[in-house]
Amino acid sequence: MAVLLLAEVNDGALAMDATAKAVTAAKALGDVTVLCAGASAADAAAEAGTIDGVAKVLCAEDVGLSHRLAEATADLIVGLAGDYSHIVAPATTYAKNILPRVAALLDVMVLTAVVDADTFERPIYAGNAIQTVKSADATKVVTFRTYTFDAAGTGGSAAVENIAGASNDLSSWVEDKVAESDRPELTSAGVVVSGGRGVGSEEDFALIEKLADKLNAAVGASRAAVDSGFAPNDLQVGQTGKVVAPELYVAVGISGAIQHLAGMKDSKIIVAINKDEEAPIFQVADFGLVADLFDAVPELTEKL
Amino acid sequence: MKVLVPHKRVIDSNLRVRVKADGSGVDLANVKMSMNPFDEIAVEEAIRLKEAGKAEETVAVSIGVKQAQETLRTALAMGADRAILVVVADDVHTDIEPLAVAKILKAVVDEEQPGLVLCGKQAIDNDLNATGQMLSALLGWSQATFASELDINGDSVQVTRDVDGGLQTIDVKMPAVVTVDLRLNEPRYASLPNIMKAKKKPLDEKSAADHGVDVTPRLEVVKTSESAERAAGIKVGSVDELIEKLKETGAL
Repeated sequence: MAVLLLAEVNDGALAMDATAKAVTAAKALGDVTVLCAGASAADAAAEAGTIDGVAKVLCAEDVGLSHRLAEATADLIVGLAGDYSHIVAPATTYAKNILPRVAALLDVMVLTAVVDADTFERPIYAGNAIQTVKSADATKVVTFRTYTFDAAGTGGSAAVENIAGASNDLSSWVEDKVAESDRPELTSAGVVVSGGRGVGSEEDFALIEKLADKLNAAVGASRAAVDSGFAPNDLQVGQTGKVVAPELYVAVGISGAIQHLAGMKDSKIIVAINKDEEAPIFQVADFGLVADLFDAVPELTEKL
Repeated sequence: MKVLVPHKRVIDSNLRVRVKADGSGVDLANVKMSMNPFDEIAVEEAIRLKEAGKAEETVAVSIGVKQAQETLRTALAMGADRAILVVVADDVHTDIEPLAVAKILKAVVDEEQPGLVLCGKQAIDNDLNATGQMLSALLGWSQATFASELDINGDSVQVTRDVDGGLQTIDVKMPAVVTVDLRLNEPRYASLPNIMKAKKKPLDEKSAADHGVDVTPRLEVVKTSESAERAAGIKVGSVDELIEKLKETGAL
């Protein structure tokens, strides 16, 4: 069986971590061919060739493939699909934009995670339940949640083959705005510090930010904090916000509504700081501190 | 221009999900159901486009069981002009796959000829994040996913997308499919007079067969299981003890 893996390429650079983790997942399915696509992709392709377990790299350079636009990239993949049993990618916003389009053009479903070549396990209801499905589709189109896989090592030397690109005039790029914050990105951060309604105001949310900076963490918020205007919407952790699974999650002044728990309960270690000892967050926390956050958080920030 | 807004009826996002004892799925019998929250944002945006004079008509669509009439009435009460229900299942536990939903929506689009299809980026039950992209592919239209800002200029729409690590702005030719993310807007609550008015707005009912679409699932669900429960840990007495414990586990 042959697997085509769509690598994450940003402005010509390979997103090594996401791609190497997806290679680990993909090589269990068959020989892995990595596709690097973009206006410039040669450097990314050369780097992808060094990942252990990669049999071959395809490099498609075309200005029509710049800025990761879905239409052209999907057309490119559909043109290559005949040679592969599986078309896979790490579950980033890049791939989640493109792969369902590829699947529909191939008249197949799209899937997440893998047990064996035909059986797939996927979290549903924001991870509250796990569904095991079997696919009889001719081509399996799959995204991998990368945090469940270790990155493949380097030391390989797969050959790079240049292939024709693709373009499509349905959409065009206007601009990218990279998040200005020096903090890590919420969904991939190793540590997340989140504030809830207990923080009390937008000004006091600075307490959360200071602790986050001390821990080199991303900042999150509960829906209650977002709805109260303490924090912007894009920081919302929960079923309708971002789903995170960091090594360490610190919940401050968060009661632990189901909505919120669904977005963070896969975190490796959960710390809860809340003055209400009955708060449901303590039922999932590894370490709970019943305390006034206005005393505990500054003390914690100082002592770390 | 007409805006078509498909939505899915899902378990209310504030409820705890329970897996059935026999592992055949999640228990949805006698459970409060609501409009998928991301789709609600799409409905709100469509209504705002009409209020701003950028759209002439907003049409709400749902594909599923007959009970989806309720969430369609919610869309009508929020301000949608009319509704279409495509009944494809009798049992609330039947989940229609995005590929089949996209095929039915394509048939609805062929009939309705909207300039824009707006829907949520994903449903909070199966979390697939696929229907919008699949519909766009089948129609051969442009697509913009994860929209946090949307601006119609003549025959194109400029969309700012929430992507990993920041925002991307693209310009897509209309007709287009746009899937919306959390930041786009805050949906309104329907007022009581509008809820009453919504009862009189037109709601057409159709079946999958009307559109000649086979909704047989491609994926066979082998089983559904609870995700591993987290056991409660310990309470610590002080900040010092917390730091000590975190150091012991290697988290710090």
